[in-house]
Amino acid sequence: MAKPRNPQRRHGISTTGRRAGMFCLVLILALAGQATWVQVFQAKAYDDNAANQRTAIERYAQPRGNILVGAAPVTGSAPTGGRFDYKRTYTDGSQFAAVTGFSSQIYGNTQLEGTEDSLLSGTDNRLAGWALWDEISRKQNPGGDVYTTISKAAQQAAMQGLGNQKGAVAAIEPSTGRILALASTPSYDPGSFAGSTAADQNAWNALQADTNQPMLNRALRQTYPPGSTFKVVTAAAALANGTVTDINAPTGAPSPYVLPGTTTTLVNDTTACDRSGLSLDTAMVLSCNSVLGYLGVQTGLDKMTAMAENFGFNDAKLDIPVRAARSNFDTRMNQSQVALSSIGQFDTAATPLVMAMVAAGVANNGTVMYPQLVDKLTKSDGTTVQVMKPSTYKQAMSPAVAGQVQQLMTDVVDNGTGRNARISGATVGGKTGTAQHGVDNSGTPYAWFISWAKPAGSSAVPPVAVAVVIADSNATDVTGGGLAAPIAKSVMQAVLQDH
Amino acid sequence: MATPSAVAAAPRRPPVGQVRSGRNVELVLVLAAVAIAVFGYVEVGVNIDGRAPSDAASYGAALAGLALVAHGVIRWKARYADPLLLPLAILLNGIGLVVIYRLDRATPSNHAAPTQLLWSTLGVALFLAVIVVLRDHRLLQRYAYIGALAALVLLILPIFFPPVYGSRIWVTIGPFSFQPGEFAKILLAVFFAAYLAVHRDSLALTGRQIWRWQLPRGRVIGPVLLVWAAFVGVLVLETDLGTSLLLFGLFVVMLYVATARSGWITIGLLLASVGAVTVGWLSPHVHSRVVDWLHPLASIAAGQGANQIAQSLFAFAAGGILGTGLGLGHSILIGFAAKSDFILATIGEELGLVGLVALFLLYALLVSRGVRTGIALRDPFGRLLAIGLAALIAIQVFVVAGGVLDLIPLTGLTLPFIAQGGSSVVTNWIIVALLVRMSDSARRPSAPEET
Repeated sequence: MAKPRNPQRRHGISTTGRRAGMFCLVLILALAGQATWVQVFQAKAYDDNAANQRTAIERYAQPRGNILVGAAPVTGSAPTGGRFDYKRTYTDGSQFAAVTGFSSQIYGNTQLEGTEDSLLSGTDNRLAGWALWDEISRKQNPGGDVYTTISKAAQQAAMQGLGNQKGAVAAIEPSTGRILALASTPSYDPGSFAGSTAADQNAWNALQADTNQPMLNRALRQTYPPGSTFKVVTAAAALANGTVTDINAPTGAPSPYVLPGTTTTLVNDTTACDRSGLSLDTAMVLSCNSVLGYLGVQTGLDKMTAMAENFGFNDAKLDIPVRAARSNFDTRMNQSQVALSSIGQFDTAATPLVMAMVAAGVANNGTVMYPQLVDKLTKSDGTTVQVMKPSTYKQAMSPAVAGQVQQLMTDVVDNGTGRNARISGATVGGKTGTAQHGVDNSGTPYAWFISWAKPAGSSAVPPVAVAVVIADSNATDVTGGGLAAPIAKSVMQAVLQDH
Repeated sequence: MATPSAVAAAPRRPPVGQVRSGRNVELVLVLAAVAIAVFGYVEVGVNIDGRAPSDAASYGAALAGLALVAHGVIRWKARYADPLLLPLAILLNGIGLVVIYRLDRATPSNHAAPTQLLWSTLGVALFLAVIVVLRDHRLLQRYAYIGALAALVLLILPIFFPPVYGSRIWVTIGPFSFQPGEFAKILLAVFFAAYLAVHRDSLALTGRQIWRWQLPRGRVIGPVLLVWAAFVGVLVLETDLGTSLLLFGLFVVMLYVATARSGWITIGLLLASVGAVTVGWLSPHVHSRVVDWLHPLASIAAGQGANQIAQSLFAFAAGGILGTGLGLGHSILIGFAAKSDFILATIGEELGLVGLVALFLLYALLVSRGVRTGIALRDPFGRLLAIGLAALIAIQVFVVAGGVLDLIPLTGLTLPFIAQGGSSVVTNWIIVALLVRMSDSARRPSAPEET
């Protein structure tokens, strides 16, 4: 039934209109609420979404800061004309690839480009004049510059010496730990895939597919059995712990030396070693496995381990600031294994960087300095952000013991297997290594050489220590003295001439 | 001069001399609005090129010219109009031009701002025409039915033209194209207001009672339902969901305002839900919109990259509270419709939450001035029309902004005065012209009527 209501009780348009107006305002208020939710509370999640290109757009909106060798940049930035305004360029990419790493719009940033990325890309807080205000105004600071410790001459000598061979060089200034050269071959041009085009992807794919692994940084990221170059560590341990006191006195090593607990004889490469009564000095000059294996066992696993770790072995966080691969010296072994490890075989493996630290620690009178690749960081206008100070890594041995080891190394170069590293007008100490590897030692041996050099007659700390490894060469006679020593020599000469 | 009888007939109206026309306030606000727009234009240039655009002065002059002419005509023909309406329209239109110009800078091959300025000029011209020609809004009542018919024709027209991006809402003649649906919504608001003003009592008071709901007689509600169904039907055929939603919302709000029967809102929402579910079920186009609304980031997880909604949300998020500054955002990543349906995302990114809320406040102010006008008027037609037009703006802002903010499914409407689109900006100027005309009637002191 129709039931008319009292007209007086019905609301007029003044009331309903006001309510409709309120409803409209509620709609708009809901929008403001949703905007707050999205722009304040959800903003971070959306900003960080991988599909959100803004982060990348802003990163590449300005030229990237540079990496410098000496006073000259080895990097640059070039406009792309695409959505990402600038891409990385490299002035001599393959020459310094082991130093710089790469910065690619697709594949990210590695090595120095990676560890110093916040400074290079301008997001580092230390670049801001007024951090809070910059945050509010969204000011993008120009990227800062990274000055490396690399010596251009030493780097060039290293790359030239390595040539077409597969290998690596690490050179250090012993008194400071500054890295003077860091070379790895075969190398690659990091600029070839810096952008985001199909050509960049093709270049990357080709490098990834290359069985020679050109993008592997062999100086930092690859370990090799150090072979006889490790005898420097064994000699240092023997001298530091009193196993040997006089380098010219007979060591007491038997000949032939049968590995403890076995019937296997530790063989030598030269018959000159196969006699008893050899001194440590002679054993080093001739690179006698039997004597150094015996001394390693006599010194003992714990003391051998401690000495190896003084030089950077077993350090999984050796950051220069790029992290080096962990060099290994086993901490749980039987005596026969200690004997083999003491001549750089068995599970002993080292990066060229750590072997350079061995030479540098001896040269610096027993003090191993922390290796560093960065000299200083600056803003784009040259203002200093941070200067890296040298720091001690470990005190490996006393200066007196270091002096004895220096003598051993000098004798190796003057009279022994390291003759190829002799430099006229300079005192050079070194040690060769030819490490067998592969099943039944079938692989091409790794040819090693570690050394240091100083001007003849100088009493100062040698300005350069170097480690060279050749992993694969076409040479018929693969020895550390034959292949690696000449490269070490030219790197040392480059530094001495610079000095 | 006021006669005693006129005073008696309209007791709430103070005599001439006691009402401040507000014209000087309007002039100051209009100039401020122009200044803000020019400032924004200059900021775009400074942020992108490091210097002001070379045509900043002529742009400012053009906008100021439009604004001052409009102000002058209001002074002349609608002296007692609400002084906030014109400045709000100028400011919104100015902001729109700035943001479109800014987006033009990211699309070198497609410049929309000059065209938009042209359309704005046409909009202001029609604004002036309405104010000069339409001396009293009540005249519109006479043409309500013809208007409704014209609106229906306008809505049907696009069916004979090819669809654009899945919707048949465009009429393209040579180089010109427009959306007739935009104009139709004014005509429909006029029709609803006229019809409801006459029949509101019978709608509210007579009819059958079912439980607690009182339903009106078929012969009274029938024509309204028929017209509404025709509109919504056509729009669904054209897959113009935004306009369907807008007209439906307008219909429900006006029905409630006229009858004060909250049952209408219940029935309206019920009808809307049924319609929405049906359309969502039948139309894959709509179904995908709903899925995108519920899962805006699903396409990323599926490895297809960010879709438009996701890009829109990225843009808002990038703006944060204070925004990147005009010209410094990357909302162009949204791609298609960045200058039209998604233009709010650019404002959100570059002006931030602060700018966005300020914009919402401008709309809220415009809507509330419209509602106030409606409440102050004496004639039911005018009251319903003013409130209806205000609701039209509010619902349109809600539908489009809610869509790009992922509050509701995206349906595609233009942000009033701001989005690129000639039909839209012209229509909005006409809406403001009607509000100006009605607010003049509402606030005019008890002088002899000019009819």
